[in-house]
Amino acid sequence: MAAPAQKQEGFYDCRDAWARTIEALAEEDPRIVAVVNDSVGSSKLGGFQKKFPDRLVNVGIAEQNMVGVGAGLANGGRIPFVSAASCFLTGRALEQLKADIAYAGFNVKLVGQSSGVAYGELGPTHHSIEDFAWLRPLDKITVVVPADSWETAEAVKWAAAHEGPVYIRLSRMPVPDLVVENRQFQPGKAEVVRKGSDVTLVACGTMVHLAVQAAADLQAEGISARVLNMATINPLDGAAIEKAASETGAIVTIEEANIHGGLGGAVAEHTAATLPVPVERMGFPGFVPTGSVEWLFDHFGLTAAGIARSARKAIGRKRA
Amino acid sequence: MLKNDIVDTIREKALWMRRRAFRMVFDAQLGHPGGDFSAIDIIATLYFGVMRYDPKKPEMAERDRFIMSKGHATGALYTALCAAGYYPEDWLTTYMQPKSMLNGHPNRNYLPGVETNTGPLGHGMPVALGIAIAGQLTSSDYRTFVLTGDGELQEGSNWEAAMTAGNRKLGKFTLIVDRNRLQQGMGTEETNGLDPLDDKFRAFGWDVEVVDGHDVVALLSALSEPAGGRSKPLCIIANTVKGKGVSFMENKASWHHGVPNAEQYNIAMEELV
Repeated sequence: MAAPAQKQEGFYDCRDAWARTIEALAEEDPRIVAVVNDSVGSSKLGGFQKKFPDRLVNVGIAEQNMVGVGAGLANGGRIPFVSAASCFLTGRALEQLKADIAYAGFNVKLVGQSSGVAYGELGPTHHSIEDFAWLRPLDKITVVVPADSWETAEAVKWAAAHEGPVYIRLSRMPVPDLVVENRQFQPGKAEVVRKGSDVTLVACGTMVHLAVQAAADLQAEGISARVLNMATINPLDGAAIEKAASETGAIVTIEEANIHGGLGGAVAEHTAATLPVPVERMGFPGFVPTGSVEWLFDHFGLTAAGIARSARKAIGRKRA
Repeated sequence: MLKNDIVDTIREKALWMRRRAFRMVFDAQLGHPGGDFSAIDIIATLYFGVMRYDPKKPEMAERDRFIMSKGHATGALYTALCAAGYYPEDWLTTYMQPKSMLNGHPNRNYLPGVETNTGPLGHGMPVALGIAIAGQLTSSDYRTFVLTGDGELQEGSNWEAAMTAGNRKLGKFTLIVDRNRLQQGMGTEETNGLDPLDDKFRAFGWDVEVVDGHDVVALLSALSEPAGGRSKPLCIIANTVKGKGVSFMENKASWHHGVPNAEQYNIAMEELV
């Protein structure tokens, strides 16, 4: 597997927060088990395995079986966290996610690791940029995309306590902690990271801190950009989108995913059906070329400067 | 109950299930009667001679679980759950009608007694495996039974689960293969052959028993737990006849999802006594 991105001061791999939190929860609640597909290392579950060897079910390289086993463990009264690289968890086992988890409605937590283009150079087989489009229509599954370590820990704690299927989409890309006053994790609700009135930047996961930086840069040229952390992709916070449309009149969506059917697709669907405003969708248009994750972000404009450009474009498309 | 009484009860229930399932298919003009009839003696044996459950407490933690992996054979499953007391008979009259809880494939959110939603093939084994692992983790003594079709074993997910069950030595886990040798269009062996099926499961670390899937005494014997339990999962290959019990349906692939006209329905009712 590709080496994780270079360590940067103040940037943290959210998988560490996931691992710490699941271990702590498992100490408290004996019903919590982990299910993996030979993915102990990539899921950072080595510590969990050491503490709870019996409660880590490793089915080997068999994703359909892994997800079905998760459903069965829930039937047997356990709270399974099924953790695997999200490209395989969602792609290989999609029919199990549909029939065994979403349709059957089992209390299973799915944790997609190293999502998006985290495995940059390994190519599109190992990228997970289609997962939003695949999971959004499976309406019983709550899809959560934490933006930093704090939100990762909160999302895992919430998922453990919530009765129902959840998909938590993690990256291995180190990200800084967001600065938000009186922070509270609210599933299904957009988090206002920054107030603004000229345009709204709607981002999730690894893209949120870049949107914050873009908003600061835009401020310097007199543009007031609101930043929403849309940590829950499904169900979408439609009210926050309508508010953004009516109060700022233009929206930019930013996601480490395919724009078709993902966050951008969801926001475009919602605004078209309620309050149409210009929506600029940032992300990937399809399979991406070979390159490191940093190169890919840069190539597709997923940088503070690129987001600022899209913001200006969206503002320019507003009706006079 | 004496063993002879149990056998008589199972046979009575199985006869009622065949007649009632065929009526459902006739009324709906939809269903999978061939596979219903090959599976009914197996399912009747499980519910009326083997399994521990309480229809008033369908979520009871210590219940034995039955997973109907061949989810299309709803005539067999829905009549069994009705006869077991999970819901009244008039529910069966809604089979496949708009907004019925008796969908063409079972949904656990609609019907008490349904353990998981099935329909796409190859889903029951992994889910049943997870249930059995949960039992192992909690030192529970419930048993987990899963019924698959034979053609269904062409789905690779079954073998992923078979490998794990063998490796984990899940003695409380029982797979029953409804070996009627016919799939939707033609014979299993002409399509993508399964034989030697017994050797395949032995190689995966399972105990294997081959029985006549319409012989209630043989099924009871194969399904009974030996003193001291088992140290391996058990695969029962139940040799069955698709359409069993109705002369013009037996061993005909066309009755996989064929439905009867009035004349055929009447003949079947005369034969099913």
